[in-house]
Amino acid sequence: MMTLTLSHYLILAAVLFSISIAGIVINRKNIIILLMSIELMLLSVNLNFIAFSHYLDDLAGQVFVFFILTVAAAEAAIGLAILVVLFRNKRSINVEDIKELKW
Amino acid sequence: MLPTGEVTMIEAVIFYFFAISTVISATAVVTVRNPVHAALFLVLTFFTSAVIWMSLEAEFLAIILVLVYVGAVMVLFIFVVMMLDINVARLREGFVRYLPLGLLVAAIMLGLMLSVVTSDVFVLDAGSEPLPKPADYSNTEALGGVLYTDYVFAFEIAAVILLVAIIAAISLTMRKREKTKYQVPSDQIKVRKADRLRIVKMPSEEKR
Repeated sequence: MMTLTLSHYLILAAVLFSISIAGIVINRKNIIILLMSIELMLLSVNLNFIAFSHYLDDLAGQVFVFFILTVAAAEAAIGLAILVVLFRNKRSINVEDIKELKW
Repeated sequence: MLPTGEVTMIEAVIFYFFAISTVISATAVVTVRNPVHAALFLVLTFFTSAVIWMSLEAEFLAIILVLVYVGAVMVLFIFVVMMLDINVARLREGFVRYLPLGLLVAAIMLGLMLSVVTSDVFVLDAGSEPLPKPADYSNTEALGGVLYTDYVFAFEIAAVILLVAIIAAISLTMRKREKTKYQVPSDQIKVRKADRLRIVKMPSEEKR
């Protein structure tokens, strides 16, 4: 119990991932919380990568985390820019108000 | 130098403390009412995760998580949340309705992942635990060693992705406002006396 194993970190990452899944389902009106839930998911995946990298003694996992952080930063920047433009045009960020493409 | 048993116990205490605070703050991110509070709880989640990453000897990435993620991305989040005038009450409707569904989906996902993670697929052989790195080992140096050699193409593609993100974010949000007053320096330079000054000839008036 007191010695930490790989499973401890994997379980923590699984719990984080499940929390963010629940966050996406229960906050489906609010785009900002949806984006934050996606960030949480990426964080839990990164934790998995780093745990494996540590326990397998292989730096490739950390390199992957580096690239995931890069892409996640780009994604957040573009996502928030789209959100700002959306709010400017519709005065709302409610998911239900975005239905132009709904058929 | 502490005995090995005490070191592992201290590590375990640190892990459990920060793991529990990570889970609590992550839960707060998806449940609090105010989006600003959610963003701040996400910052707390990143901080506690950075501590866990540091205990996994990924010091460089832990620092990057705090500097880049908390320092740049989350500031951007908070900035956007505060800039937008959000009607929180309308965004919250349906929260209670979807709560059971959300919990169900999360429980199913968690059960599936735990059944995989706790099976003996991911159990490393006893004694294959990594030895602690020597004191002069530099995680940043080791990461840079592979990043600029084995992964140099991926590294450059990452740079291009960041450039695309910069251009996309700026071109999406830039607009010309009609009502703002701004100077046009070329017109100011080209202006001549006749454009602005009109001399009206009129007879002189008498003083009354």
